[in-house]
Amino acid sequence: MASARRINPAIAALAWPLAALALLVLFNVVFTPGFFSVELRDGRLFGTPIDILNHASKVAIVAVGMTIVIATGGVDLSVGAVVAIAGAAAAMLVTRTQTPFPLVILAALGAGGVAGLCNGLLVSRLRLQPIVATLVLMVAGRGVAQLITDGLIITFEHRALSSLANAAFAFLPIPAWIAIALALATGLFARRTAAGMFVEAVGDNDRACRYAGVNDRAVKLAAYAFCGVCAGLAGLVECSYIKAADANNAGLFLELDAILAVVIGGTSLSGGRFSLAGSLAGAVLIQSLTKTLYMHDVSADVAPLPKAVAVLAVCVLQSPRVKDRIAALFNRGRA
Amino acid sequence: MSQSPPLLQVSSLSKRYGRLVALGAVDLEVARGSIHALMGENGAGKSTLIKCLTGAVRRDAGEVRLAGRACDPASPRDAESLGISTVFQEINLIPHMSIAENITLGRESFRFGLIDRKGATQRAKVAIARLGLAIEVTREVGSCSIAVQQLVAIARALDVRARLLILDEPTSSLDRAETAQLFDILRRLKAEGLGVLFVTHFLDQVYEVSDQITVLRDGQHVTTRATNQFPRFELVSAMLGRALGPTSSPERTERACRESSQAAGVCSVAPLSNVSSSTPTQSPSPDNYRELLTVRAVSRPGSIERADLTIATGQAVGLAGLLGSGRTELAKVIFGMEPADAGSMFLDGATYAPRSPRDAIARGVALTPESRKTDGIVPNLSVRANIVLALQARRGVWRSLSARRREEIASELIEKLGIKAAGADVPISSLSGGNQQKALLARWLATEPRLFILDEPTRGVDVGAKQEIERLIASLIERGMGVLFISSELPEVVRTCSRVSVLRDRRTVAELSGDSLTEERVMEAIATHG
Repeated sequence: MASARRINPAIAALAWPLAALALLVLFNVVFTPGFFSVELRDGRLFGTPIDILNHASKVAIVAVGMTIVIATGGVDLSVGAVVAIAGAAAAMLVTRTQTPFPLVILAALGAGGVAGLCNGLLVSRLRLQPIVATLVLMVAGRGVAQLITDGLIITFEHRALSSLANAAFAFLPIPAWIAIALALATGLFARRTAAGMFVEAVGDNDRACRYAGVNDRAVKLAAYAFCGVCAGLAGLVECSYIKAADANNAGLFLELDAILAVVIGGTSLSGGRFSLAGSLAGAVLIQSLTKTLYMHDVSADVAPLPKAVAVLAVCVLQSPRVKDRIAALFNRGRA
Repeated sequence: MSQSPPLLQVSSLSKRYGRLVALGAVDLEVARGSIHALMGENGAGKSTLIKCLTGAVRRDAGEVRLAGRACDPASPRDAESLGISTVFQEINLIPHMSIAENITLGRESFRFGLIDRKGATQRAKVAIARLGLAIEVTREVGSCSIAVQQLVAIARALDVRARLLILDEPTSSLDRAETAQLFDILRRLKAEGLGVLFVTHFLDQVYEVSDQITVLRDGQHVTTRATNQFPRFELVSAMLGRALGPTSSPERTERACRESSQAAGVCSVAPLSNVSSSTPTQSPSPDNYRELLTVRAVSRPGSIERADLTIATGQAVGLAGLLGSGRTELAKVIFGMEPADAGSMFLDGATYAPRSPRDAIARGVALTPESRKTDGIVPNLSVRANIVLALQARRGVWRSLSARRREEIASELIEKLGIKAAGADVPISSLSGGNQQKALLARWLATEPRLFILDEPTRGVDVGAKQEIERLIASLIERGMGVLFISSELPEVVRTCSRVSVLRDRRTVAELSGDSLTEERVMEAIATHG
């Protein structure tokens, strides 16, 4: 019956985070004076919405990789630590060596990729639980970053590296462009090739995939490696933003924000269909919420609480049972 | 004896899951000091009956009396306290705990508020000794063999002064010596006055150990008879549900093939243009008989022992045998899902030793698995994605089919196989069982296989779809494909295949073809004492 008018699931997944975002915007229009004041200075926009975009970019970049990993039925807890490793590597290279900037970028991304490969090998070859496998690097990764920086906070004055997060292009901060470009490239690759189908199929039923000849281990390995590269990219952005590498605090709790963004965006933690657009919307939603709380003088220590409540609300609305109830309500109205 | 009520008396027990009737008014009686075998093929209702008895599910209607007293366990724990203990096929012991701890787990005795370890060890020793075993009870369960674990599970079940012991396929992972040991223990328990309800698929074992046999089929009680008055042949026909007589006249493949190829358009599945090897139609005549697959003495411990098989191009070979006889296991070996340990295989004259399904697929082998839901469909993906999955997997991600090409392949096969779906976009799980199965067939037809293994392709499929699938197979044979057809439904096997290999207890026991290929002969081969 219901199949007569089907809504594209990708659009349906976007509906809730966008609705929540709209609500938040409405709240700010009414209650937060100056929230939307944006001004143009030196060819660049300034203002709260731009701040939000800039900060959401970091979460969004990590969330793109996280989306793919979660779609395979896994999760990557180590992204925060990988951000620290990549940042440390980049900071050391620009302060201690004369390495050309493109190579610095490659080194940071490469460090992330290697970290991701380690996770992927543990999950796909040794068949460890993803949570356990990536927990290893989540803990050990900060130690690796400490080793790289020798336990110091490495500050740098490097024009190219520090302009990565502090310069603008076409009015928007560069990290926002990076996030958008990354999501677009990933989406195009996933949907134009069969990669997206393999990822979703492995996450949905990996036994059936093995019977169909899909190399499920290679798919998982590639997903974790890609997630590591994304975390490496976020590491560059983060250290560029504060012009320093801090092994202890870089990317701290970033994995949680990224997982939240993915879940709010409608990708199920049990794997299967994924929505990159949803994850981007989720990242912006989380950052908007955080900013709103700060602007209403909610202290940083208390801020996680209302954030958690909002996240819970979005997740409850997405749960299959509640969805069924809501669908039943609508159907009754129609009948 | 005859005055007292039977140990277990089940009358008109029924259970439905939604619209599916799992058990319809089943009767069963188990006497004290007897071993009662419960037999039946897949979907017969054995496991549902056991779940009702052990309180894992609640029955909808009917009555269960244990030693004359009404008995309605709310949970397996409740059932245990009433005296019904169960040992399941998958051993659920805790591997890192000792044998003694496992036996007493959940019913520890306490001294001064602490677990009484000495007492527990003592009780475990008694329980183990009762089975006539000599095992150190302080050993960790995980370090024991599967057989010992099975026996520990029985010891655990008996520790609660069980009156009825239910064994669900206890011998499926045991070798012959271990099975003999288990049977000694069962006889010992029987002498103690315990009732044993024993589920198995191995005919020889049923005749070796049981006193009574109850046969279930499709959720209905078929018959209960004393084992020594129940000839094997009749048991097999009761399980398979074939009334024997002059009615079962086998049709030959060639005829079935010819008829069907003239019939519906289903049969004219043309080779897809994207695959280079567009095989010209071959007719399976003796002149161009070409061996496709040869399987020689292939073994894999615990699943198949020295199986032999030959399939020619343009030929459908059937695998017959009861559940657990090694049919599915042999198919998995050929498909590389569970590689063989010994023996040899040849495909198209060249050595063939697949280590994974990917190896098999690269050599042109396809398989639709027995369990469509867990091994076949990718439920939340579209019908289209499900259809192109195997072909795309073989090509790899760098040779991706364009969206248009995927659409073409899917819609072509949807039309040719008559798959009824609201569109190629809907999730495959929204389709009926028959249409899901056809979509899985389409998945493999897209790869143009040379050898197609079909494991129970018609299970859970409505009559119309069944016929279409049979016709499709006939058309594949006509085009020169080799088909290995596995089914519990003998008429279907005999109708579809020109040769049938019969498996019993994981071994090839007979090969039938020509005039000797009849349902009776297949059943005889299944039933004959090894």
